[in-house]
Amino acid sequence: MKSRNRKFIITDTILIILMILPVAAGIVLKILTNPLSQGIEISGAKIYFTVEMPVQPLFITESQVNSLIVLLSVFFLSLYLPNGIPAKGGSRRQVFAEMIVEKTENLVKTNMGDYFHGFAPFIAAIMALSAFSSLLTLVGLYPPTSDINIVGGWAILVFILITHYKMKCGPIYYVRSFTQPVPFLTPLNVISEIATPVSMAFRHYGNILSGSVISVLVAFGLQNLSNMIFKNLPGFLGSIPFLRVGIPAVLSVYFDLFSGCLQAFIFAMLTMLYIATGFPAQDYEKRRKTKLAKNN
Amino acid sequence: MLELAIGIILGGCALGAGMAMIAGIGPGIGEGNAVAKACEAIGRQPESKGDVTTTMLMGCAIAETTGLYALVIAILLLFFAPGHFVNILINALG
Repeated sequence: MKSRNRKFIITDTILIILMILPVAAGIVLKILTNPLSQGIEISGAKIYFTVEMPVQPLFITESQVNSLIVLLSVFFLSLYLPNGIPAKGGSRRQVFAEMIVEKTENLVKTNMGDYFHGFAPFIAAIMALSAFSSLLTLVGLYPPTSDINIVGGWAILVFILITHYKMKCGPIYYVRSFTQPVPFLTPLNVISEIATPVSMAFRHYGNILSGSVISVLVAFGLQNLSNMIFKNLPGFLGSIPFLRVGIPAVLSVYFDLFSGCLQAFIFAMLTMLYIATGFPAQDYEKRRKTKLAKNN
Repeated sequence: MLELAIGIILGGCALGAGMAMIAGIGPGIGEGNAVAKACEAIGRQPESKGDVTTTMLMGCAIAETTGLYALVIAILLLFFAPGHFVNILINALG
């Protein structure tokens, strides 16, 4: 393309380097801190270091570091996509960026209605963060979404949003909504209110964690099987786990690629649905009209 | 004697984890039903494939929740409970 001048190319390269740099740093950090071991093991997030705090020590774990890596990478990716869009338009990257924006806006509009049209960036951010966190397994890093602390944090954020929109008609209306349709159902309503963030966090974390546990178990079984079959081969050939080459990758297509992206989509969809259904639209309209009439 | 007690703890945890995962039957049946109905709906109205698929995935995710609760309990029993219980036992013995 003729419009590509030097400045554009320089910013482009810098952004690409900044995009890859956090992931590379994460891999280096993992190699440096993990002792080389022969066996396969299932373990949670490793603790890099602890910070002394007044109440209890704050653990800086692998999952926090990795989610920061994802944040930085997604941030530079979203700077890279709209970089250097010409006034006329027509570059391939621009079409891709526009497609992302249009798809999320359509999704939000069809699922949440017109009142919530400003929610598209938030939903896109949740989706990108969740999907890229789960896809971090592809480069061999620990996925932050298989730690309940990270996903629980997102679920609490969504719960605060839901409660905020339920309280739009005032706190008294919110408290009274627990006694609907009959007063003696109040405990059940409270339980189902609390169950919302818990089930959202458990769903996301359970799916990703079960996928990685199953992948590790299959790899372990295949290694033992190939040790059993090929142990009589001469020399170093006997110590190579032939069956472990390639076969676990087939499982990874489902558990890492498909399940990771699907869970991101489901988390975003549930966020939209809970916020949109929790918001009392008709009563809010009525209340606003009476307020306007009173002021006039 | 301590070995026997620790063995019973480990065995109990493993058995409990296996029994907790019986809950996997429910989501299996439920999701199977949902997907079967979605296939019927797409067969009847092929033009609404996108909407039906999205709704079906959402329904499947909700139906999966009970199975995932069981999974979380099984994982806790497998990876966290044995060490915790053995610690309690050793502390009690002094």
